[in-house]
This record gives sequence, C-alpha cells and structure tokens, in this order.
Amino acid sequence: MAKITMREAISQALMEEMDRDPAVFIMGEEVGVWGGTYAVTKGFYDKYGPDRIKDTPIAENAIIGGAIGAAMVGQRPIAELMTINFAFSAMDYIVNQAAKLRYMFGGQFTLPLVIRAVGGGGRQLGATHSQTPDAIFAHFPGLKVVSPGTPEDAKGLLKSAIRSNDPILFIEHATMYQVRGEVPDGEYTIPIGKSKIQREGGDLTIVTYCKGLELSMKAAEQLSKEGIEAEIVDLRTLRPLDMEPVLESFKKTNRAIVVEEGWKSYGVGSEIVSRIYEEAFDYVDAPIIRVAQKEVPLPYNRTLEQAALPQVADIVAAAKEVLR
Amino acid sequence: MKKEQLLDLYYQMVLIRRVEERGAELYQAGKIGGFMHLYIGQEAVSTGLIAAREPRDRVITAYRDHGVALNCGIPANEVMAELLGKATGMSKGKGGSMHMASVEKNMWGGHAIVGGHLPVAAGFAIGDQYAKNDNVTICMFGDGATNIGYFHEALNLSKTWGLRVLWVCENNVYGMGTSVERASAVTDIRQKAEGYGMKNADANGMDVMAVYEAAQEALAYVRKEGQPYFLEVDTYRFRGHSMGDPERYRKQDEVKKWQENDPIGIFRKYLLDKKTASAKALDEIEDNVEEEVNKAVEFAETSPEPALEDLYADIYAD
Repeated sequence: MAKITMREAISQALMEEMDRDPAVFIMGEEVGVWGGTYAVTKGFYDKYGPDRIKDTPIAENAIIGGAIGAAMVGQRPIAELMTINFAFSAMDYIVNQAAKLRYMFGGQFTLPLVIRAVGGGGRQLGATHSQTPDAIFAHFPGLKVVSPGTPEDAKGLLKSAIRSNDPILFIEHATMYQVRGEVPDGEYTIPIGKSKIQREGGDLTIVTYCKGLELSMKAAEQLSKEGIEAEIVDLRTLRPLDMEPVLESFKKTNRAIVVEEGWKSYGVGSEIVSRIYEEAFDYVDAPIIRVAQKEVPLPYNRTLEQAALPQVADIVAAAKEVLR
Repeated sequence: MKKEQLLDLYYQMVLIRRVEERGAELYQAGKIGGFMHLYIGQEAVSTGLIAAREPRDRVITAYRDHGVALNCGIPANEVMAELLGKATGMSKGKGGSMHMASVEKNMWGGHAIVGGHLPVAAGFAIGDQYAKNDNVTICMFGDGATNIGYFHEALNLSKTWGLRVLWVCENNVYGMGTSVERASAVTDIRQKAEGYGMKNADANGMDVMAVYEAAQEALAYVRKEGQPYFLEVDTYRFRGHSMGDPERYRKQDEVKKWQENDPIGIFRKYLLDKKTASAKALDEIEDNVEEEVNKAVEFAETSPEPALEDLYADIYAD
C-alpha cells in the first residue's frame, strides 16, 4: 500500500486508463498546455500530445456536447469542467442529452462519457464558484453521479467510470486534492453504485460522502474520546444509490445523521432520510438530523464562508442530539 | 445522375409527402400524441442532401425529422410505427415524432431542443477526427437555431479544430411564428458562418437538383480540406410549425406563393421536360407510394405496444 494524495490518485487513474485504452481522450479547459487548473493532468500533454489531450475554448456546451457526440460514435472521452459551477452553462448537455439520448432512441447506442468536475466551497471563491450542487445532478435518471472521499476510492471509482458504458458525472472536491490516503499497489477498480462502511461503530450511523466523509471522520474521533462510536457509511455514488449498507447500519444503531456540504433543502440528506423512514421506520429511535450548508449563497469573507459551511463541531453536536 | 437515381429521388419526395399527410390524419384522429412537425414543402432539402452523402457520412437533424429519416433509408413502416408509439418503431416507441434515429442507417436523430444537437454533431466529427477517418457529419437545423448560443459554440469549435461537419441551415423563414427578420441580426444567415471564417454557400431549397449539386460540392470540400462548410438552403414549410398552429403570423397569400413552387411539382416538371420519365411512369411511382404508405399504416396500427417492463430498459448500458 502506498500513501498518495487525492490529486495523484486521480491522475494515476486517468493515466492508467489512457494507457490501457486508446479510445480514451481528455478534453476541457486548460487540461493540456496549462496542465489542468488543479494540476491533475500535469505532464499529460507532453506524454500524450494534442490529439489525446484537447484544450477547448471556454465553451461548456461545446465541451460536453462535443464529448457526447464523440462517445456516441465509439470513443471514450473524459470531459473536464474546470468547476462544477460551469456545469450550469452545459446543463442542457448533461440533463437533456447525456442522460436521455440512449433511452430516447431505444438503446441503439451507448454513451461512454465521464464528466470530471470540481465542486465545493471553502476556498473563498465567492458564491458562483463554490457550490456543491451534487443533488441536482443525482435527480436525473440516465446519469450516474460519483463523488469519492478518499484517494483509494477516487482512483478505483474513476477507473471504473472510464470503463463504464454510461454517462457519469465524477465530482471531486476543491479542498481535497492534498488529502493523503493509502491506495492498493497495482491494478484495481471499485464498482460504481456501492456504498461503503468507512468506520465501524455501534452508537449511531453517519451517512455522508466526499468532503462530508473527511469532516465526519474527524468528528467520529472526537466522539470516540467521549465514548460515542459512530459508524460512517460513505455513499461514494449518489446515483444509483446503494442504500443497503445505510439500512443495515441503521437497523443496528437506530439513530442517524446525514452530513453533506450542499444546501439542506431538497438535498442528498433529504433523500437519505426519506429512504430510511420509508424502508426502516420500525427501527427509528430518534429523529434523523441533516448537517448541511446554511441556506445562503456562499460569501467571500472567510469567517462568513466557514460559518455557512458544515463544520466538524456541527457534526459532533448533531450526533449528541440524536443520542440525547 | 442516372435515370433510376432521379426516379428514386422523386419516389422519396412523394413518400415523405404521403407519409406525413397520413400522419396528419392519424394525429387528428388522436392516434399520434405529443408534438408533430411536418416537413411538407421542404422535401427537396433533405432528399437532395442525403442523395449526395456516402453511407458512412453521419446525419443529424432537429425535430422536423420524418423526411430525413425516410431519406436515410429508415423504412416507412418504422417511421409510422414510431409515430404511433409502437414497439416496432426505430426508437421502440420511446422517442416519437421528434426522436427518430437509426444508427444502422447512420441517422442519429431527431433532436427536440432547438440548436441542442449542433455541439453533438461537432462531437461526431471529433470522434471521426480522433479515429482518423474522413467521414463527414451532415448537421441540419432551422434558421431559428442560429440565434442560440449552442450554434455559435459548435461553429466556432468546428472551425477551430478543423472538424468535418457540413452545417446545413434550412431557412424556412420562420422560427415557430417569428420571422427571420424579427429574430436574427442578419437575414442572410450564412453571414454568421462568414464570421467564423467558414466557407459557405446558398442553394434553392425548393429545387432538389440544386440542393444535390450544392451538397455534392460542399461534401467534397469538407472531406478533402478537413474543414467545416456552411450551406444555407432557402425553403418554406407549407404547414404550420406543428400540428395545431393557428398560423396568425403569416398571410395566406405568402403561403400560396410558395406553394406554387411545390418542390415535388418542380421536380416532376423537370423530369418531364428532360423526358427522364413519362407522366404515366411518375403516376405509377405515386401509386406505389400510396400502397407502401397504406401498408405502413396497417403495420403501425397492428404492431404491439411496448411492453410495460420495457419502461426501465435502456436507461443505462451497464
């Protein structure tokens, strides 16, 4: 097992899959000569050349629309959105095209497309560049939405995404590229659509993913010092959603909180809580609490920004609340 | 063009007309749901265009797609079955009038978001460029689509990257009920392609031979030069934008004037003047089409509905 950063894990996954399959290419803003705005594709342009590392104009409809077309005719493009906030510019392509074309034409073709996008707040980028709109995209059948929280999962899930024949939105977090974690040596993949227990515990269940996992792990350490053992279920994939490990854990602990960075209203937590109530109502011992972003556009000022984002202390408090 | 080919073009144009006339009847009888946009009046455009393509050249169009589907060789049976939402339609009844595609015939739809398919067309050409072949993607759209951002992103990318796309603007004077001069900064649409440094031309869309010749020249250029090309085709839809269009935005005189230039009538006269075929031979083609369309309607009406369990089929491949 080697300990590497999230950035290295994603970069390795891309490189391994490009080496494995000549149909894989990358297109996006500043992916080539610049080396990627988050330096994930640094060195790729020199190694693979302009045919496989395509710098695009700043034109998100052309990027995602173009990648969809190339995927429909047999290539395996990875389209990179500089940030997920720009996905709104390409909404028609993600929602109306990628998620629907195969179904609408009776399954005549596959659409093997990966859209990589960076999301999340915490970098003082202001309201338009700091969003976590994952739940919006997870709303649409036809799309798969993956958002890993560890380097191991990032690498294994991205490799699976590139090999998948479906359109997949792969969401990374802007503040997590330096997060280090152990990854298996050599070749491995992790199946899409499988939640995972990242920490075992018997007192309560924390359901989370991506940045929420990092925060929840820290919160669990604090809680442990006070004799509270949290079990953490990492969703990893938002659609298709794997509720099995969530329900299994909940049936054991009977208490849960859901942690996400996106806004609380209509969010991932809303979905998880509904599903628990629908599928495990008899096991509910306390109201389930959602820890999420405050209902404001994210401000620039650091203090205000942090006040709006979910914090470790919020998770600890919520955990104690459901155990009260 | 050889006699058989010319007669085949005549057959295709009449087939589109009859399929749609019957489609309109079935729509009014409540057997076809949703939106339906008729191509009647514009038959010469796709017929001339598709006649000039090689089978490996991809075709993609907007929602006024029945004619293109037939020109690309999708059987009338399947077109009619899709209109009726039957399992035997080429999109298994899940697409309907606006979403007809056949990968086998290299016809990639049938797209209902105005201008939405233009970047996808550029994407086909990206795929072909990546595969290092010289296939051309023929992308058709209306004048209305040239005012939306997708159009400009797609044209810009195609020229910047040297993509083999033949952009074909069917200028039928109205985007829904809004005329070109009320919606577009320039009424000569191809000026927009000029802005991207793209080679362009225009053609009379009521004359199938004019479209064919313009398309041949355009396709040869795109294939040889590895560059996009913009062809503006002037045409007119004889019917409303879609079924149930009250047509308050245009005068009957204007419609009549265009109808005097019926593309089928023009081509029929051309064939008779050139003595390519006798009136009797052309009538025979029309009779054959009538029979083919009758059979297509019967096929569609007697075809099964999609199975309920197919509701969940083909959302994902994995």
